[in-house]
Amino acid sequence: MSRYTVALAGNPNTGKSTLFNTLTGLRQHTGNWAGKTVMMAEGEFSYDKTTFRMIDLPGTYSLYSNSTDEEVARDYIIFEKPDVTIVVLDATSLERNLNLALQVLEMTNRAVVCINLIDEAKRLGVRIDLQKIEQRLGVPTVAISARNRIGIDKLLKQVKLVASGQINPHPIHIQYSDEIERKLAELEPSIRENLGSQYPTRWIALRLLDGDESLLSSLKKRMNEVTPDSVREVASYGRTACH
Amino acid sequence: MPTTSVPLSNAKSGTHIRLNRIEVQGVLRRRLLDLGFVPGNVVEVLQKSPLGDPIAFRVNNTTIALRKEESSLIFGDIIGGETS
Amino acid sequence: MAEPLATNASDPLDTLLSKARTLADGETVRDGIVSDIYRTTRDICAESVHYEDKKKLQSTYRLDKIVTSPIWGFPIMLAILGAVFWITIAGANVPSQMIFRFFAIVEGYITAGFQALHAPDWLHGVLVLGFFRGTSWVVSVMLPPMAIFFPVFALLENFGYLPRVAFNMDRLFKKSGGHGKQALTMSMGFGCNAAAILSTRIIESPRERMLAILTNNFVPCNGRWPTLILLSSLFMAAGVASGLQTLATASVVMGMVMIGIVVTLTVSWVLSKTALRGVPTHYTLELPPYRRPQIWKTILLSSKEKSLNVLMRAIIVAAPAGVITWILGNVFVGGDSILNHMAAFFDPFAHAIGLDGFIIMAFILGLPANEVVLPILLMGYMSSGAMVDADGLDNIKEIFLQHGWTWLTALNMMLFSLLHYPCGTTLYNIYKETKSTKWTILSAVIPLGIAIAVTFVTAQLVRAFGWV
Repeated sequence: MSRYTVALAGNPNTGKSTLFNTLTGLRQHTGNWAGKTVMMAEGEFSYDKTTFRMIDLPGTYSLYSNSTDEEVARDYIIFEKPDVTIVVLDATSLERNLNLALQVLEMTNRAVVCINLIDEAKRLGVRIDLQKIEQRLGVPTVAISARNRIGIDKLLKQVKLVASGQINPHPIHIQYSDEIERKLAELEPSIRENLGSQYPTRWIALRLLDGDESLLSSLKKRMNEVTPDSVREVASYGRTACH
Repeated sequence: MPTTSVPLSNAKSGTHIRLNRIEVQGVLRRRLLDLGFVPGNVVEVLQKSPLGDPIAFRVNNTTIALRKEESSLIFGDIIGGETS
Repeated sequence: MAEPLATNASDPLDTLLSKARTLADGETVRDGIVSDIYRTTRDICAESVHYEDKKKLQSTYRLDKIVTSPIWGFPIMLAILGAVFWITIAGANVPSQMIFRFFAIVEGYITAGFQALHAPDWLHGVLVLGFFRGTSWVVSVMLPPMAIFFPVFALLENFGYLPRVAFNMDRLFKKSGGHGKQALTMSMGFGCNAAAILSTRIIESPRERMLAILTNNFVPCNGRWPTLILLSSLFMAAGVASGLQTLATASVVMGMVMIGIVVTLTVSWVLSKTALRGVPTHYTLELPPYRRPQIWKTILLSSKEKSLNVLMRAIIVAAPAGVITWILGNVFVGGDSILNHMAAFFDPFAHAIGLDGFIIMAFILGLPANEVVLPILLMGYMSSGAMVDADGLDNIKEIFLQHGWTWLTALNMMLFSLLHYPCGTTLYNIYKETKSTKWTILSAVIPLGIAIAVTFVTAQLVRAFGWV
């Protein structure tokens, strides 16, 4: 039986936690993460003979490190590389919510966009052309109502397809102003040279241009930690094996 | 055409304002942009808190409350009253 | 140990950053990025989202016109708060009595069992009168109000009302130098101060977060509700016509909460003018649309997450506290129990603030958890000779009266409970969150000082006017 990790991202008040509760039921607990002062809930659910570990990232308006919440959410997506990131959007205020979705799609292509509160939107006279949005975003897009369990099956199907690699989405490429694009083009080669391809190059370039110091310190910490840590881990495995 | 740019804090409830200038700096500027306080966007002034401050604004179909310290640094042109 | 590695690895990053810095020129790039993303989202929305009627969309906010209106905003807030207390008090009364009686019956059987086995008296004392009785009192006093309060509060929270409270109260907090979100962490404190300390993480500025941490204690937590509710129903609402007693109790409890809020704002104000000087930082507050909460799910989850946790914690603390109290009350030195000696020691001071030595003892022994203060007090009284079998809540009043209680004792015990230091778990959390011994100590000393001052003034005034 395979096991995948799913991260839940989204604005505050989009019903992200409702979806989390709907999927994991009472199989969840909250915990502190990596020394950061932010709580994240973690839970588990099964779908189609597959177990999914789900992390409810803090609800944020963006991932541009304006707050600890945003840093934690960003670091999780970039460094922990979940198999799928579900971006939960509020169907009644897509303008703002898509803002976050686009930011996530710049970081990872393994994403599923989940438009929540679709029944509420319908009731309020908001008509959403799902196919068009999916076509523009370039990742599977599903409309659901977490509280009334509408569309959950469709969502999980897409999540599994992306997690298992059966779908390899090509997300939208945001076109920036010529000036920014020119600067990006100048930065990207040296990023690829220094960091390899383990991180999304264009996104790193954007963050650097933006002067995102917190991302940089996270990156540094990672690079310093990875080698000694993995060595230590191997050593301890060895010890356990000896017993 | 000379515009009558007003700070959000001075606008009456019910007015719609097209933003043209955000003079907040730093992290809060980013936060405001994230929330949709972007030049060109239209914001509706909703209501004041019972104690007069903060004021709630409608932006991108969401309601965001700002204190006077911030809303007095966001400027725009009045484009309509109660109706629209 | 990873020194060489570290420098090697971060060097290229620094080079990258300096390269990026020369390319970027300040805010313009930032604004450019955000507005380009926004342009894209607007594009997408323009072609795929259609609003039939914007007015309809805004109808979800209709309630705000009333709930945050200059006239009705505050009355509605008070009414909702009062209603939550009323529901809790009215609903908890009968089950509390039932659980109380149930445990009394069980205790009878256990005692019979001990006698049948010819168990020594001290063993029966420690295990049954100490351990079992202490625990069962905590359960019967705490479980019903908690089982009602937490879910009701969670429903209110899920409905979306709390941000409106923050919106209404923001100006008060701004004036007192605090963060607007302090209203939210305060509401969390109604459930549990220890949990609320963790929730202050939503406040980014360290100064304002410290204010929220230091003042959170002034919101009565679940461990103190039973004390407040019981005392106000026994002493404050006693003279009121029976039909209105619950209402009177709820009003007195609400009055206590108001006092707590006033003290919170005052202490915040004083601190932000002295030790924690500074101006309030900016903040944005979203007022999310009102949503009908998922009633059963909310009740289940809040029962599991909160009620059960808090109850377990209370039991874990209550059991040893019961044992210790029994031992202190039954080990005799020089003709009197240790408990009585200690109570006598505190008596003069306690009298000055309108309490008695046993109450002070109960608060000291109750440091690990406020829940056990009342049970410890009762056990203290009962072990000191006046053996009344507390088989109902009415008898509790008898016990108090036999020990010379007046309404002033009740009032001051309520005030002291409201204001005194936070419980051990909360202090531990404060230490964990602030990593500062100084602030942890201050977070206990400041409230204690205020509690003593307030009860002292109250006691002296009431006595000076000859009201008791």
